[in-house]
Amino acid sequence: MNAVTEPILSIQNLNKTFADGFQALKNINLEIQKGEIIALLGPNGAGKTTLISAICGIVQANSGTVTVAGYDIARDYRKTRSIIGLVPQELSTDSFETVWNTLVFSRGLFGKKANSAHIEKVLKALSLWDKKDNMLMTLSGGMKRRVLIAKALSHEPAVLFLDEPTAGVDVSLRKDMWKIVQELKNDGVTIILTTHYIEEAEEIADRVGVINAGEIILVEDKTELMSKLGKKQVSLDLCDPLATIPKSLAGYSLELSENKDQLTYTFDSLGDRTGITSLLDDLKAADIYFRDLNTIQSSLEDIFVNLVEESS
Amino acid sequence: MNFYAVMAIYKFEMARTRRTLVQSIVAPVISTSLYFIVFGAAIGSRITEVGGVSYGAFIVPGLIMLNLLMHSISNASFAIYMPKFVGTVYEVLSAPVSTVEVVLGYVGAAATKSIILGLIILATATFFIPLRIEHPVIMLLFVFLTSITFSLLGFILGIWADNFEKLSIVPSLIVTPLVFLGGSFYSTDMLPPFWQSVTLFNPVLYLVSGLRWSFYEISEVNILVSLVSITAFMLLCFSIVLYMFKTGYKLRT
Ligand SMILES: Nc1ncnc2c1ncn2[C@@H]1O[C@H](COP(=O)(O)OP(=O)(O)OP(=O)(O)O)[C@@H](O)[C@H]1O
Ligand SMILES: [Mg+2]
Repeated sequence: MNAVTEPILSIQNLNKTFADGFQALKNINLEIQKGEIIALLGPNGAGKTTLISAICGIVQANSGTVTVAGYDIARDYRKTRSIIGLVPQELSTDSFETVWNTLVFSRGLFGKKANSAHIEKVLKALSLWDKKDNMLMTLSGGMKRRVLIAKALSHEPAVLFLDEPTAGVDVSLRKDMWKIVQELKNDGVTIILTTHYIEEAEEIADRVGVINAGEIILVEDKTELMSKLGKKQVSLDLCDPLATIPKSLAGYSLELSENKDQLTYTFDSLGDRTGITSLLDDLKAADIYFRDLNTIQSSLEDIFVNLVEESS
Repeated sequence: MNFYAVMAIYKFEMARTRRTLVQSIVAPVISTSLYFIVFGAAIGSRITEVGGVSYGAFIVPGLIMLNLLMHSISNASFAIYMPKFVGTVYEVLSAPVSTVEVVLGYVGAAATKSIILGLIILATATFFIPLRIEHPVIMLLFVFLTSITFSLLGFILGIWADNFEKLSIVPSLIVTPLVFLGGSFYSTDMLPPFWQSVTLFNPVLYLVSGLRWSFYEISEVNILVSLVSITAFMLLCFSIVLYMFKTGYKLRT
């Protein structure tokens, strides 16, 4: 096997059925390369947290194998877990512990020698330095979220799982978080994050995976995904309402809005010809005039919603 | 061996005690003093001697046992129940630690607290009665083994319990009666023959008897039987903890 192309994380045929008989993961296969940022999208209950928990050792899978940096997560759990950092979705922290102590605890727990300089660096990066002596219960929700991230970073993981890192985090902090993720990537850290904010995936991910009902329904390079599935639309605000779309325009994929004063034309942005010029000519020929024209590009969000609807 | 992890858990748990110093240390000292005043002074004035020692001195090993048992169980059960309850247990479950290391950290800390507590009670007792200890090494060994064993039992309880009621039911409904019926504050010779035989099925009797022997060389059962029993029980508890972690029982879904 070539060391360069060997994935840092490899999931094969992973299945999980909970004690109550509910199958939360259905034959998951996924490979992630070192230094990648991959965003897992999926509706509530899709299985994102279950997948992460199975990799980190919190949930026991029923079958399948997972390797991290070539080590099996069950057999070589010491090796794999010391490489992994986990930021859980739930905001669970000790109440009476101080920010500083909880980071020292995490670092020790993961088998790393004490290193105040590193902890100081992490706290400063997450704007928690002035809170270092605060008890955790005195922090706001967003600060607790950052403490959880700081705890995961305290032991210098090579693979970082962020389970909805920006839930309940304000906009400026979210931007800070994206910056930190980018910096970690530059340091060679592999990042797997889940999110419900599609713009977050659009902003920072290299690849996007979509999970629905326990299955991975798609894993794609983000830009490829967007251009492949990306549709462009032109909407025309008509001067006069139109009763129906004239026969002469039947060749175009046109849609008339409910109040009959807007036409929407959908085309493939990657096609050789978009057909816009001829449409405009044909509109004129049919005596249809418009006041305004807008183009719309579908976002990852639209793509995502379509995918999930199709699969279920 | 992930030594740093053991230390991290151990220190975390000891820090938790420092925050609840009153509850952990002052409360037992007060309750012990009350026992001496009520049992020692009030009852002791009627029962003068048991097996050649004054009643006040006679109850010291029983009192120490009572506290070791109760506090070992509650310390260790809380130590693992709270993270489960609050959700912070995710970190221990996802950490590169073996069961032995987790046990060393949590149970080690709980046992340490119990041992300190036992010694504090012993010190408190000397304010009330003149104390003699015939076999200090065996006494310490007993305190040590009991603290570890019942911290292990508490740990099992904390993993098993999924609500606060279950957490408190074992100490209050099982351990307390066993301690009081196990000859902590009386000699089983004082009981009718039938109840003497029944008491032999009470495991706490073997502990109290063993500890008392290390103080005054008086015992209801042979000291070796006591030592073997507590060691066997310790191994049993440890095996159960190992099994729980191996299967993920109530820890990993
Ligand atoms: N311990 C459990 N026992 C039974 N079912 C469970 C358990 N944990 C999770 N599930 C179920 O498994 C499914 C997947 O849950 P999971 O938490 O992985 O979803 P998710 O994709 O992370 O959702 P969200 O976006 O809401 O965080 C859900 O239907 C959930 O109810
Ligand atoms: Mg989730």
